[in-house]
Amino acid sequence: MKFSTALSPHVQPVNSVTRVMFEVIIALVPGVIALVWFFGLGVLINVVLAVITALMAESLVLLVRGRPVWVSLKDLSAVVTAVLLAISLPAIAPWWVTVTGIVFAIVIAKHLYGGLGYNPFNPAMIGYVFLLVSFPLPMTSWPAMTGLGTVTLNFQDIAQVILFERIPENADYDALTMATPLDALKTQLSLQKSVLEAQSGAVFGYLAGKGWEWVSLAYLLGGLWLIVRKIINWHIPVGLILGISVISGICYLIDAQIYAPPMFHLFAGATMLGAFFIATDPVTAATTVKGRLIYGMMIGVLVYIIRVWGGYPDAVAFSVLLANLAAPALDYFTKPRVFGHRA
Amino acid sequence: MLNLARFHGGLHLPNNKELSNQAPLLQASIPKKLVYPLMQRPGVNVDPKVQVGDRVLRGQVIAHSDHPLATPVHAASSGVIETIEERLIPHPSGMADVCIVIATDGLDESLVTQGVADFSSQDPAAIRTAIKNAGIVGLGGAAFPTSIKLNPGPQRKLDTLLLNGAECEPYITCDDCLMQNQPESVLVGAQILLHSLHIERCIVAIEDHMKRAYARLTQAVAALNDPRIIIVQVPAIYPTGGEKQLIKVVTGKETPSGGIPADIGVLCVNVGTASAVYDAVCKGKPLTERVITVTGRGVKEPQNRYVRIGTPISELIEQCGGYTEHVERLIMGGPMMGFALPDDEIAVVKATNCILAGTAADINTGKQAMPCIRCGDCAKACPVDLLPQQLYWHSRAGNLDKCKEFSLFDCIECGCCEVVCPSHIPLVQYYRSAKSKVIAKAKEAEKAAVAKRRHDMHLERKTKEQAEKAERARLKKEALAKVKQANAEKEGVTQ
Repeated sequence: MKFSTALSPHVQPVNSVTRVMFEVIIALVPGVIALVWFFGLGVLINVVLAVITALMAESLVLLVRGRPVWVSLKDLSAVVTAVLLAISLPAIAPWWVTVTGIVFAIVIAKHLYGGLGYNPFNPAMIGYVFLLVSFPLPMTSWPAMTGLGTVTLNFQDIAQVILFERIPENADYDALTMATPLDALKTQLSLQKSVLEAQSGAVFGYLAGKGWEWVSLAYLLGGLWLIVRKIINWHIPVGLILGISVISGICYLIDAQIYAPPMFHLFAGATMLGAFFIATDPVTAATTVKGRLIYGMMIGVLVYIIRVWGGYPDAVAFSVLLANLAAPALDYFTKPRVFGHRA
Repeated sequence: MLNLARFHGGLHLPNNKELSNQAPLLQASIPKKLVYPLMQRPGVNVDPKVQVGDRVLRGQVIAHSDHPLATPVHAASSGVIETIEERLIPHPSGMADVCIVIATDGLDESLVTQGVADFSSQDPAAIRTAIKNAGIVGLGGAAFPTSIKLNPGPQRKLDTLLLNGAECEPYITCDDCLMQNQPESVLVGAQILLHSLHIERCIVAIEDHMKRAYARLTQAVAALNDPRIIIVQVPAIYPTGGEKQLIKVVTGKETPSGGIPADIGVLCVNVGTASAVYDAVCKGKPLTERVITVTGRGVKEPQNRYVRIGTPISELIEQCGGYTEHVERLIMGGPMMGFALPDDEIAVVKATNCILAGTAADINTGKQAMPCIRCGDCAKACPVDLLPQQLYWHSRAGNLDKCKEFSLFDCIECGCCEVVCPSHIPLVQYYRSAKSKVIAKAKEAEKAAVAKRRHDMHLERKTKEQAEKAERARLKKEALAKVKQANAEKEGVTQ
């Protein structure tokens, strides 16, 4: 009897890209729920808009590149990029902000570099930074947290804001938005207030910002789930958290008047999202064990430096992109000792 | 008790061993044909010592050669040499080579041979000769001649004999089965090896799920009352049964890259090989049969059997109830490192430990490769601590120097990286291809170096010849001049 042959190993593969991406999406659910809870349904509108745009952009580029469309679409990498970017955007950002950002992320940051696996920079973060420098106003206009603002918007109002930039009659744009805790802290410090004085403001909560701290905790939960499911390794998140804790801890010990405590930096802004979901993008991160630890620490330290001494209130996107640049070198200098070789 | 170490990475694989290790160990019946390839290893061929039409007996040498790595081939049953012709041989490339084919007569007549009951009176060199004459090679899969392994040279000081019973590949249970049924022959084989190596320590390593084999071996050691032999259970992590991995687990020592275990004082042989050594030395029986696992969901009655070496796989499968309807692939060896056979007329050889008839439930029937997402799961799984992903990029780009820099040749092709790869990239294939390219390039470079040396020597010889010629001419001239002078003087004298 004749048989067809194949090369070893003959064992079924135990994992797939689709599964990896799907689990990442699942792990983002708590964070998305928390965002919706505190910042309204605009978050969901952004996510849906982003996913649809991403799938369309991805299909189009694949067609142009003459690549099989379905095979790549079903790897869900475009969906992950879309969700990550969408939840980084203010929950009332106009639709064209989301669409432009996604198109830039998928077409320029991902496919012009060769598509999945070949992009040197995190596409979602490229999209974010591109939007931030191009459209700073809508990108920094976060809606007031539910209960904190002067007006309450229903779903229809939010959809009007996002899709038609039409503001409800009983409010103006300023009434809709509110400074984020990181923003507020920066402003207060520049007014020669102390950290403690600044933190008495309405937007601050127990750990960091009101609402924001819960969103961060939800991301932390999802991230831990990813580690348990072996989708990500602990090295990058731990490195990042360690990096930001150590540098903020040192500064806090030096002068608690002008430097916020480590807990604030851990649970404010996108620290947790960055640590578990963005810095861990395998394509653009370092891949060796030591390399990943250093990579995480680098991002943590950079986030702090840019937040405290830089021009932007948050810095996860910039820090990740800067560390992306360093990833190949980190891999090169942190090769493990091969079995049977001398140290 | 030994403190066990562990190696980096490895995998917990569904082992599927219960498929084949429940049935009793039976003797396979004598096949109608026995087939023996003349190629033993790449570059090691043996010459037929029989002619078509000759009648041969079981245990009779039918092929041999003077090559140091060659071992004699013995007929596994009596019969007549039917033909000597090209046939498919068990080789990953599916190549054909010259084979001796015996039509068996069913009488199974053997050459009368005698072993030595008391091996301790034997000289180690005599034991090695007996092992070589019995055609014994490593039965774990590599088929390296055992007699050569037993003689690592005076510069290497051995202290431990490691019997490898850690059958780490999924599905395979032939060593497990052998240890359950013949623990004495394995252990006496170990005693013979200890004697011939002048060492006092033997560790038999088996995987921790082999409960029955452990009990049987422990009993047998107690019966032999030999304190030199200890039985150790090691965690079942693939590829624990890899020689260098097992040595690391048991002794904590790493075989240096490019070296052999004897460099760190360890000699590692498969338990089946030890049993074959016992048969050869104490019973005078050459290696003509071995235990083989026939398994997978593609065969009706998976089991282990004593199989005559040279038995065509088709006959073996028939004795195990035939194929099931869904059989997809025929693999010689395990699912991780075994190779797929194009045809079941191919016969089993000494290194054959398993025939796996796989269905879609057993094997990967083809998944589309996606781009590498650099997740690093491969590096986490690699038992050698390589960076498989970097090796993949460099071998794909044909960057052979970089491949060497990332220790391509330390790769043992265990397949762990490929099994965990979420992108289903055929990584091992890339490494094999890169290795063969490096070897081909080295050969070419060597050829070029030889040619250059030859050319240089030619030039040197030429210049030397010319110098010699000039010297001779000068000497001749001088001699002539002398003669002339002498003549002139003579003339002068006579004048």
